[in-house]
Amino acid sequence: MNHAKHIELAGVRKKFRFFTLENLDLDLEAGQIMGLVGPNGAGKSTTIRLITGLLAADAGTVRVLGHGMPEAQALAKRDIGFVSDEMKLFSHATVGWHMDFVASIYAGWDPQYAATLVKRFNLKPEQPVKGLSHGEHVKALLMLALARRPRLLILDEPTSGLDPVARHELLTEFTDVLRDDSRSILFSSHNTLDVERISDRITFIDRGRLVESRDKEDFLERWRRIQLQMPAGSALPELPDIIGRAVDGQFVTLTTNRFSADMLTHLGTAVREVHRMSLEEIFVANVMHHREARGE
Amino acid sequence: MHSGINISQTDARPMYLQIMEQIRQRIAAGDWAAGKELPSIRALAADLRVSVITVKRAYLDLESMGVIVTRQGKGSFVAEGGPAGEIHLAQLDEHLSAAAELARHIGLSPDELAERLRRVRDKQ
Repeated sequence: MNHAKHIELAGVRKKFRFFTLENLDLDLEAGQIMGLVGPNGAGKSTTIRLITGLLAADAGTVRVLGHGMPEAQALAKRDIGFVSDEMKLFSHATVGWHMDFVASIYAGWDPQYAATLVKRFNLKPEQPVKGLSHGEHVKALLMLALARRPRLLILDEPTSGLDPVARHELLTEFTDVLRDDSRSILFSSHNTLDVERISDRITFIDRGRLVESRDKEDFLERWRRIQLQMPAGSALPELPDIIGRAVDGQFVTLTTNRFSADMLTHLGTAVREVHRMSLEEIFVANVMHHREARGE
Repeated sequence: MHSGINISQTDARPMYLQIMEQIRQRIAAGDWAAGKELPSIRALAADLRVSVITVKRAYLDLESMGVIVTRQGKGSFVAEGGPAGEIHLAQLDEHLSAAAELARHIGLSPDELAERLRRVRDKQ
């Protein structure tokens, strides 16, 4: 069971009145960080709720740490740490009270690590939760999840609404968790800069469908914008794997999701510039391309 | 434990290339001698706050260039017998092959390319 994939979704479907998540496949292995990226309403939170057992799929299978979900959620949850920005701690209780509470439930609670995190995040155990800022509240939630040393961390928009310094502190903790190759993190985010930096795998979803899920380096290697200058009247050579073209006078910009050096040889002297694309550019181009392909 | 390597997100080069470049600089300058053990992939990823796959990619490429060697279960080390000069030569070859490719694209003959190199050098 220790060799089981940390997250395994196959053909998952979940229908609501105004929204359907369809045909979702997703894999996360031990030792990896996966970034889940999608526009608002894409189905990120639904996906996370299916993985954490808060929702049951209408069709398909959801397995987490080798356990079928949601049936075996009690077992799986011992090893899952979950933080969402919608979560609320008890406002009248102190941070320390929550630490004692979590420690009494989870055998894996590491008091030393908890103390280290409290210090690093500059939290005060004696402080009541109602006096915490948004950033401190998120840090307290993360401290409570991290100090249990769960094998799988699931973070729903963990860095949203945080200042740059707090984001930096959080990313440091996330990558620190991965020093241990038996652990993994799934996090959803709108911040493609954070995702590009720390993710090993990236999953794009849009309007309830999977757009693409693969290694980050694959995305960055396969997508390019190629700028050409075509003499007036000359025809563009036929090329496969071009998913976008924009023409402005003599200048043509091609977008490809399967870049290779052969492509440049084929285009020859017309090539003016070749640009790598940021994850954000890849995300937007990818989503627009898939919407077009589906006729939406 | 700080490697002193920096990753910039405004740098147009991808992160794995920035890591490779900075490791090669340290070796070329003699700060990292032959046989020195490199940080483990996971340790360097955590230090730099980047994904493991990015550091893995940098190490694999450095290995295929002969700059470092990886011994299964032991770690990665600066390659033996690769004096700083050879790394500079490897860097030079990379730039030259990029120039050669560009020359091919614009239909320049090898002699014309060599002639242009000579002219560029004389101008310096």
